[in-house]
Order: sequence, then C-alpha cells, then structure tokens
Amino acid sequence: MSEIRSELKYLSSHEWARLEEDGTVTVGISDHAQDALGDVVYVELPEVGTTLAAGDEAGVVESVKAASDIYSPVSGEVVAINEDLEDAPETVNGSPYDDGWFFRVKPSDVSELDNMLDADAYREEAED
Amino acid sequence: MGNRTPLYDTHVAMGGKMVDFGGWDMPLNYGSQLEEHNKVRTAAGMFDVSHMTVVDIDGDGARDYLRYLLANDVAKLDGKPGKALYTGMLNERGGVIDDLIVYFRDPGYRVVVNCATREKDLAWMEQQAQNFSVTLTERPTLAMVAVQGPEALEKAKAVLGIEWTAIIDDLKIFESVARGDWFVARTGYTGEDGLEIMLAAEDAPGFWQALADAGVAPCGLGARDTLRLEAGMNLYGHEMDDDTSPLAANMGWTIAWQPEERDFIGRKPLEQEKAAGPKEKLVGLVLEERGVLRAGQPVVVDGTEERGIITSGTFSPTLGYSIALARVPVTVGDSAQVEIRKKLMPVKVVKPCFVRNGKSVI
Repeated sequence: MSEIRSELKYLSSHEWARLEEDGTVTVGISDHAQDALGDVVYVELPEVGTTLAAGDEAGVVESVKAASDIYSPVSGEVVAINEDLEDAPETVNGSPYDDGWFFRVKPSDVSELDNMLDADAYREEAED
Repeated sequence: MGNRTPLYDTHVAMGGKMVDFGGWDMPLNYGSQLEEHNKVRTAAGMFDVSHMTVVDIDGDGARDYLRYLLANDVAKLDGKPGKALYTGMLNERGGVIDDLIVYFRDPGYRVVVNCATREKDLAWMEQQAQNFSVTLTERPTLAMVAVQGPEALEKAKAVLGIEWTAIIDDLKIFESVARGDWFVARTGYTGEDGLEIMLAAEDAPGFWQALADAGVAPCGLGARDTLRLEAGMNLYGHEMDDDTSPLAANMGWTIAWQPEERDFIGRKPLEQEKAAGPKEKLVGLVLEERGVLRAGQPVVVDGTEERGIITSGTFSPTLGYSIALARVPVTVGDSAQVEIRKKLMPVKVVKPCFVRNGKSVI
C-alpha cells in the first residue's frame, strides 16, 4: 500500500503540496504516482522565475514506462527547483515526499490550497 | 480476471506487480524494472513467457505446409534436427500476421507465436492447413521460462542437473533439444545469451524457485521490453502489423527469396515492392538531449514532406539516454528530428540495434 501523508494536500492528478513556514508551497508527486510510473529516468522542471497559474503544466516526469505532465496546484512564481533530480531522478521513487520534491512556488493566493484534496479524499481517488 | 500462467501464484508471492497483458495477468516488475534490466545485461534474469502460444505441427505435409505458410524457408532446417528459424507469417497483401520462431523437431515442427495474436494466428494457420496433410496441436499445458544473461547458461545448468550439462554445452545459438516434456532452446529476446525452456506446467513453480535460489533475478515484462528494444528486436503491433511490409520492418533478412519456384503467402506483393523499391525502412534513433522518445512521436526527415513515426521508444538503461525504433522514409540521412511535446528535438539515425551482449553497438 502506498503512503499518503496526512499533513499534505493533493490533486487528483497525483501532485502533493505543502505550505512551508516561510509561506512558499513545495510541490511533488505522491508515493502512489511514483509507484504507478515505475523507475523515473528524467524530470523536466519549470525555470525559476516562471509565473504559473493553478492548473498550469509545470513540468514533465518521464519513467521507463511513460511520460506524465506535472501541474501546479497553486498560482505564483517559481522560487526554487530541485536541481538534484537532474542527476538523480530516481530520488522521486525513493523519497517522493522529502528529497524527491519538484519545485517551490511563492503563492499569489494561498487559499487556493483549500481547493485541493485532503489525505482522506485523495486516498479514495487513488484507490479507484 | 485474466488468464493466469502456472507461475501466477509464484509471481504474486515474489512481489510481482501484476498487470493485464493481452488478456493475461503478468508481472510488470518485481520492484525496479531498471535493476531487472541491468541484472540481465550483467548476470542472469528470468522471464515467465508461458503466455506465448506453442503449436506443434506434424504430418507428412508439415514441411510443404510451412514452406507455403512462412516467408522464411524451413528447408533451411533440413538435416538439422533441433535447429530454429525466425520468420514472418504474412497475409496475401504481404503484411505481417505475426512473427514467430519455428523449431525443427524431426519429425515435425514446433512454432511459438505471440499471445496477443493467438486467435487470428490459429485461425489463419488452420485455414491454410486445409490443403495439406498436417495436424496442428496447441500445447497450452506447457509453461515457458526464458533465462537470459551472460551467466544464464551456467545457472541453468546448475539447476537442470548433470543430465543436461553436456547437452547445453553442445547447444549452439538458435538450436534446441527435447527430452520428454522438457524443451530447451538457445534463443531469447534480450540480446544476451540464454535459454528458453518449455516444461510441464506442474514443474514450473519448482523450476522457477530453484533458478531464483541459484541467483537468477525474476524479471517482468517492463524489463523484457527495454531489453528487446536495446537489442533492436521487433515487437508485434509496434514495428510490424497486418498492414506493414516486412521490408519496412527490418525483416528483409527473414524472407527466403531463393529458390524462386517456392510459392509462399505474400511473395508476389513483396516482389513487386522490392522491384519498385521500398518507400520506408526501420531505423534506430538516439536522442542526445535530455528527454525520452516514445512510440507514436512523428519523425521529421530532411528533404521530404513525408513524416516517419516512432514505433517503440524508451530510456535505455544500458546506455543512459533515450533510444527508439522508427519507420521512416528511405531517404533518411544520419540525423533527423523528433517532435516531443510540440518541440523538435535532434536525433541521430543509426542501424536498428543498440546493445548486444552487454555492450553498445552504436
């Protein structure tokens, strides 16, 4: 059974988001998503400074099996990306919620997080 | 619930991630496809291929029947019991109904066809058999295990025991030996040395476990696909199908044009195509930029409006970058461009074979 962390918010397209103490939002993909994708071999991330709207395509994760678009759950400016994924994309498989994060956004409207699924609602979606 | 091979419970017990494949519940991987792939390239791995269809062909007319049915010529097997031949089975338009291996059993032949094409293959083979004195016997109770990799023969010998050691030592590539229900062939689908072993269903779980205990890694269909793609081997439904000529699928070498008087199904349209010059061919593509080539992406070739298409693409675990097989206009040079998510990416065009015996051959 894949891990679903109760403190995170989720999209039905399997991204997670975490509101950090400094007010930024970190985004990655769920344990369920990395398991379904299989070994991740390449991650394309947005450039720092890019402005995204909630629901925008922000990148692509490629596994040995398939390519999958990554969507931004919130609007705002990209303030950091996980450059370690360039040389070690497999980190997404091994640590999807910690070392395998994708990018960090300075949100223009933090209330957009309320539109996301909580852990229980995501668990129901992921199990379907 | 799909069909299950005799090894289904074993796969589940070993942590296999089961998926539907052509109506069969098969393991995609047992954790990491990349690790399984690398195990086959550097040591030994095993695959359950019991879902494939085995048909024995017997009777006085078996040889004549197969010489008519198949584009390659089973006369090449005369006097070589156990010898195997790779071939296409074509329709009257020269399209590929399936690709298969035929083994000479003397007397009789054994063919192994794909599971996804089983019904149409059997219907076609029965239909063509009407005019020949042959019997076709499907062998659904056989299991089949492929043991592949540089250490495959050594490990298989250790498990099979003393009576098989000398036999396997004498077995050349593309040869087989039968003993009772056991059938051992030095064939495979990975670009590595190895064996494909048919055995009674009830013996399969014990054999699989013994191989695992000897250090042979269980591998799923995911690794099977990346291995065959690196080896430049075709997959039915990708590199060829009913509407694709073998000449456009790197299968020209499997067509036995000689002797000229041999009539085989599909011969006439292929001769016309050959005389006119084929318009497309199968090539290998290498992406030097970051990204992954995928089946269905269009290939842009200099000097023509005609587009090619990627038939299979993946990240190559052995090479560390993406490779693909593509059907493209024959005028292609040594470079092209592939459209990936609306961006054109430059690719190198190479022969459709990337890795053999653990080494890059690009």
